Amino acid sequence: MAKITAGVATSHVPAIGAAIDNGKTQEPYWQPLFKGYDYVKQWVKQQKPDVVILVYNDHASAFDLNFVPTFAIGCGAEFKPADEGWGPRPVPNVMGHPQLASHIAQSVIQDDFDLTVVNTIDVDHGLTVPLSLVFGQPEAWPCKVIPVAVNVVLYPAPSGRRCYNLGKAIRKAVESFDQDLNVQIWGTGGMSHQLQGPRAGLINKEFDNAFLDRIVDDAEGLSQMAHFDYLNQAGSEGIELVMWLIMRGALNDKVELKQRFYHVPASNTAVGHLVLENK
Amino acid sequence: MPSNKPYKNIPGTTVFDADMASIGFHLNQFCMSLMKAPNRERFKQDQQAYLDEWPMTEEQKQAVIARDYNHMMSLGGNIYFLAKIFSSDGISFQDAASTMTGMTLPEYAQMMLDGGRTPQGNMYEGDK
Repeated sequence: MAKITAGVATSHVPAIGAAIDNGKTQEPYWQPLFKGYDYVKQWVKQQKPDVVILVYNDHASAFDLNFVPTFAIGCGAEFKPADEGWGPRPVPNVMGHPQLASHIAQSVIQDDFDLTVVNTIDVDHGLTVPLSLVFGQPEAWPCKVIPVAVNVVLYPAPSGRRCYNLGKAIRKAVESFDQDLNVQIWGTGGMSHQLQGPRAGLINKEFDNAFLDRIVDDAEGLSQMAHFDYLNQAGSEGIELVMWLIMRGALNDKVELKQRFYHVPASNTAVGHLVLENK
Repeated sequence: MPSNKPYKNIPGTTVFDADMASIGFHLNQFCMSLMKAPNRERFKQDQQAYLDEWPMTEEQKQAVIARDYNHMMSLGGNIYFLAKIFSSDGISFQDAASTMTGMTLPEYAQMMLDGGRTPQGNMYEGDK
């Protein structure tokens, strides 16, 4: 049977991707950030996931205002890196797992989570930057990836509660898939940041660190946080953090914290990163 | 307009909700067109002519030409869509963000290095 064994949370700032692609990771500005990912790079080599369910958001790359699905799942066999205005990132294509993805869609839709099924989608930095942070720069990504895209661009994003419960439904779906697969789930985006308006540059270390604490030990309580509190305290783009709750909902109530990292700044953003294993 | 929008009280912040998306639909779709290189070329050659191909308001078009991002957002632009404009200009997200804050780029970059804009005094503290 397939099993979700671990979760990873990480920010997905585009400038991090640019630093990797342009060989700047050892520059003084970036070196402390990349050091925080040394652990996960070693860890994932031992864990050898077969499939990563990668929760991210599209940043007006694949979804314009013609279509704004709240939750979408990539059921295709292959996904190309998106051209976000400066050419696609020089990273490998992302290979999907159509059978598991379709199974998850079928299971969670019947469990009242109406995911939009997407077969063709170019994946932007929201998905490819986390892959680069964890796997480095391989010729091909070492596992299959199922993209789960969440709308956090057009208000309102789904609630934290909804995301947390979707995670639980995804877990149930994975565990009823009849193949032996080591599955991880990653939640990406955040932490506090605001990219717009006179308040741009907002960083809330207190909020972020409380979030990092609570998502490990009080995820149920954290899932009750209202949209307003994300927007007000973590910045208009900080609401991306609801996506971490999908990851957390798919794990056991009790998890083992293997890595925790927090760094300011990457461009306009506070970077947070967790590695969690099911106990 | 729906009446209950507590997020309107958050200082210095425009929340891109369905009403804003409706006002900014064509502005944002124009931005999406800049993801294709031939369109970027045509836009750079004659901005007004390119903008005139879109059913945008004249105020929206002028805000684009002025690269006034706060103004574009007040007219329904969303930052991830507007990013296509400054990406076409070869400007980074951090540079573009600084233009919305009244700070110079070096001042803004230094603020980020120093830990970012503090939440104190920059959050809505009243009743929701």
